[in-house]
This record gives sequence, C-alpha cells and structure tokens, in this order.
Amino acid sequence: MRELLAADDTIGEPAVNISIFGAFVLVTLFITFRASRNNKSAADYYAAGRNISGTQNGLAIAGDYLSAASFLGIAGAIAVYGYDGFLYSIGFLVAWLVALLLVAELMRNTARFTMADVLAFRMRERPVRMAAAISTLAVSLFYLLAQMAGAGGLVALLLGVSGDAAEALVVTLVGALMIFYVLVGGMRGTTYVQMIKATLLIAGAFVMTVWVLAEYGFNLSSLLGGAQDLAVEGRDVLAPGAQYGLTETSKLDFVSLGLALVLGTAGLPHVLMRFYTVPTAKDARRSVVWAIWLIGIFYLFSLVIGYGAGALVGPAEILAAPGAVNAAAPLLAFELGGTVLLGIIAGVAFATILAVVAGLTITASASFAHDVYASVIKRGNVPPNGEVRVARITAVVIGAISIGLGILALQAGINIAFLVALAFAVAASANLPTILYTLFWKNFTTQGALWSIYGGLIACIGLIIFSPVVSGAPVNELTGKSTSLIQDVDFSWFPLNNPGLVSIPLSFFLGWLGSRLSKDKPDELKNAELEVRAFTGIGAEKAVQH
Amino acid sequence: MTEPTERRLLTPEEYLQAQNSPEFAELKRRFRRFAFPMTFAFFAWYLLYVLLSTYAPDFMATEVFGNVNLGILLGLAQFVTTFAITHLYVAHANRNTDPIADEMRDRLERHDFASGQTSATGPTSTEGATRA
Repeated sequence: MRELLAADDTIGEPAVNISIFGAFVLVTLFITFRASRNNKSAADYYAAGRNISGTQNGLAIAGDYLSAASFLGIAGAIAVYGYDGFLYSIGFLVAWLVALLLVAELMRNTARFTMADVLAFRMRERPVRMAAAISTLAVSLFYLLAQMAGAGGLVALLLGVSGDAAEALVVTLVGALMIFYVLVGGMRGTTYVQMIKATLLIAGAFVMTVWVLAEYGFNLSSLLGGAQDLAVEGRDVLAPGAQYGLTETSKLDFVSLGLALVLGTAGLPHVLMRFYTVPTAKDARRSVVWAIWLIGIFYLFSLVIGYGAGALVGPAEILAAPGAVNAAAPLLAFELGGTVLLGIIAGVAFATILAVVAGLTITASASFAHDVYASVIKRGNVPPNGEVRVARITAVVIGAISIGLGILALQAGINIAFLVALAFAVAASANLPTILYTLFWKNFTTQGALWSIYGGLIACIGLIIFSPVVSGAPVNELTGKSTSLIQDVDFSWFPLNNPGLVSIPLSFFLGWLGSRLSKDKPDELKNAELEVRAFTGIGAEKAVQH
Repeated sequence: MTEPTERRLLTPEEYLQAQNSPEFAELKRRFRRFAFPMTFAFFAWYLLYVLLSTYAPDFMATEVFGNVNLGILLGLAQFVTTFAITHLYVAHANRNTDPIADEMRDRLERHDFASGQTSATGPTSTEGATRA
C-alpha cells in the first residue's frame, strides 16, 4: 500500500474520512434529539417504550451485533489466515439459533428490563440479581474494551495520526458521543443509531463485495486463487489450519473458540436487552429472523471482502500497515475505490463502533440502576424516575471507564475479533447456563444459579488472566513485541487463549451440582408463574402508548 | 412502576392450574419436540464442522471445483442450514405452538383457570395484562 502511505502526507484524505463520519454524527444526533421527546418512563429509557417493530428491531440487532470485530476483525483474519478467519463468522451466525429456538421469545415474555429480571424471578431475588448484574457488567466491559481498541486502531490508519495523544483524543471523542446518545436518546435513540448504522454497514459491504467479485469476473474460484497467490509463504489460506493448526494446543484453542462463539450470543446482555424493545414475543421472533438473515448475508460479504483483501492487497502489506490485521477492509476499500470509498468505509466503521458502544453502555447502565441500585441497594423503594436518573449517571461513569480502558488497549494490537471472542466466552460461561436452567429446569435453585454465574465468571476470567492473552505469549518477530497485554513477564499456566472449553462445561456442571446440593426447595408457585408466562405471554410487559 | 398491580391480575393458584392443564402440557410438548432435537442437531453439525476443520484439514482441503474445497463448501452449508432451521422454526411456531399459546392467554385473561372462583386478590378487569 505504497500509495496509501504516501497519501498520509496530503490533507485531502483524512478530511474526507472526517467529513463522512461527521455527517453520520450530525444525522444521528438530530434523530436522537427527536427520539428523546418521548422518553418519559423507565420503559421508554430502557426499552424504547417497547414500541420498536420486529423488522426495525431485527435491523437494530444487526447493528448492535455486527461490531467492529465483525467488520474489521473477521475480514482481516480471513485476509491473513484465510479459512481460519471464516470460523468466526460461522460461529457468530449459528449462535443465533440458540437465541431463536430457546431464548428470545421466552425472555421477552418474562423480563422487564434486564436479564436478571428473569433469572431472579423464582429465586431469592437479591443475591441472584447481584450476580447477574456483575456478570452483565463484566461482559459489557470486555466488549467495550474490544470496540475501543478497534476505534483506536482505525484512527491510526485512517486519519494518518499515530501519536498516542491524538489516538487518545479520538477515543475520548467516540466515548463522549456514545455517552451523549445514551443520555439524551435512551434506548430509542440508541435503536435508531443502530438501525442507520446497520443499513450503512451492510450497504457498504455489499458494494465492496460486488466490486471484488467483479474484479474476478464473478468467479469465486479465481478470487480464492488470487488470495492463495499472495498468501504468506508456505501458508494454505484456503484450507483450515493456517492460524490454529500448528500445534495440538492451538487446535484445542480453535475448538474452545468455536464453543464460546456458538454459545455466547444468547448470553450477551446487550443482545437480550434488544428483545425487550418489541411489543410481543412474536415480534421478538420476527426480529431474530430478520437479524439472522441480515447477519448471515453480511458474513457472506465479509468472506468475499476478506479473501478480496488477501488477493488484492496481500497479507504482507496488511500486516505492515498501522492497525495490522484490522486494517484489511479499509486497505481493500482504498485499493478498489480510492480516497472516496476509503472515506465511506471509514465513516461506516466509526459509525459501527459508535452504535455498538452505545448499546453496550445502555445495557450496563440499566443493569446497574435496575438490578443493583433499585433492587439490591434500595430494595425496590425508589422514587419515580430515581432509577432512570441513576442509570444516566451510571452511563457517564461507564463511558468514562471505557474511554480509559480504550486508551490503554490501544497499545495492545490484538485482533479485535479475538477480544470480542473473549467477551463471548464470559457470556457463555457466566450467563447462558443459568438462562437455560431457569427457563427449562424446574429443580434449579438459587444456590445453583449463584454457583453457575460466579463459578463460570471466575473460571473464565481467571483462566484468561493466566493464559497467553495476558502474559507469556511468544514475541512476534515483525513487531518485536509479544501479543500479550503485559510484556516481559510470564505468569501464564493455562495454555489456551480462549477458556470456553473449560469454563462453559464447568458452569453447566456447577449449576447442576449447586441445585442438587441445595437445601432450598424450588418455589413451585413462582416456577408455575414463570413457566406459564414464558410460554403463553400472559402478563408480559406491554408497549407504552404515547 | 406498575409491576405489583399487573402481578395481582392472576393468582398463583391460577398459574398453577394453568401449568397443570392438559393444553399447557401439550404446548410445552410441541415446543420441546421441535426446539430440543433441532438444537441438538445444529449443535452437533456445527461441532462436527469445527472438529473436521481442526483435526482433518487435509480432508477439508479436498478440492471440489477450481480452488473451491470441501471446507469452504461445508462452511457455506452451515449458512444454508442456519437459514433453513430459522424458516422451519417459524413455520413450526406459527402452525403448532402459537394457536395454543394465544388461546391459553385469552383464557387466562378471562380467569378461566381460577378453579370455580373469581380472582380474589385483583381486579377482574384484565385490561392491559397483555397485548396480542
């Protein structure tokens, strides 16, 4: 990418990138202001008054889910490692079947604002709510970290700035915008931002896909051949194993990653929260169907974009660019359509990060205000609007924390799809077992829920801390740095980068064991109410009429 | 916070009666009959794909046409089955579970499961208990 590096010296290109991003910000700010007029109650702030239609929500889910990891991370992984990057998209997609078949409708029928509403329903409320809130905050922070790292990397590439101060400034700007959307627009404003972003992202990916295919006469085989021609020497990018096939440990890591991806989605609090914004369970179903189609089609595009970047730009130039693996899609955009297409794709990528962090922030703040503040601390005695006020304050605090973490994460240079996979591992370990047991196993008890949530969470994060992600990964000859978060020390003993293979089964086991050893009897009346409500929709939260 | 009044619309006994009714058993049976085997099937198929990619890369590298190999085709097949299962689930729900759920919800709103007595704790009006 010699031309691109040369272009860094000119003023024209960053100006294009900034103006397109600025246009997105202006339009979404305007819409957020308009949306805020209807924000009166907690249901408005947390769940957009439950007035979002199934189709709109499907689009918003796609906007919430297709994070920078999906767009930049997967395309980059396919461009550099080929086939192994493809697994991410397949896991991310198949995971939606868990949400569709087992979780979405039943959760919509029984929850008010947060995941804990369902999990605590037939248990001793305060300890379970606390546990669910802690795991919600943990997953959201991991996910935020990945998005902020993505924002920083993107900036380095697109604005031609690479100084620490300039990157930190941009992360601060993204964080401040995100806080503003959430404070002013609440869930309704966030929903509109996500819908606009999903439309732009899918349209942008479609254009690039058609363009790449056109370069190869719409022949998939020659595109794949082109990617193989430029592949890193000795690497078969069309067959599995380029990234994970080297050792027995890395093979297990691949399986562990696959497990975390497919089981994580239905346990992601910000995904679950989107189901509460529609009027009925049928709309929740409709929104998941839309989401599956949109997300699936997008991942098919990303396969072409990834191999296209591998073939037209080449892994060597991608890895040498600022932002490394995550730079593949923007570099391909520049190769295809020059400054203008790069500007558009850059704007879309910024918008992507902004929309996802807004969704994460509102979920984390809702969980703190609704579960921790209103239920655990105040035991339900909260003045009207007191809860929403706390949620708004929490949003500012979480925004500030994620800005700080984002600035720190800038230096790490890990593939953001990989960081997101860790958030999925936490969600699959801490949340999914308890969700499934609560919905489908009547003998599940408070102790089982606590063991499963805390056991899964502690095992997952503990194993990450003692894995090569945090310390002890081998030094990369290209950069001279280890891929670990902490350089020059090694306290790792867990060999896998992704802990899902151990922590997910452990959490299921602990939920079962905790319930079996529990002295509590399951509450039969509460259990009957939860089950009847989940399956029939009686007593489900209704839409707010304005 | 409207939660307390909404809860009181139906008594715990009504929920228990509804849970023990034959139509609820049938609703659950139909839901599980589809959701559980299908979950097992797509999960097994996904795991098979992951394990083949990991432990049989040479098999996955078998070229089918041009540069397109078995691994890429099986990966694309995962997309196809995901779309297909989505479609099948919606058809199943529309045809087999929604009618029972809708009917039970109507009957619950009319307090049909109150075992001979009208609801003692709440207003008889079910206005706003749910929205179909």
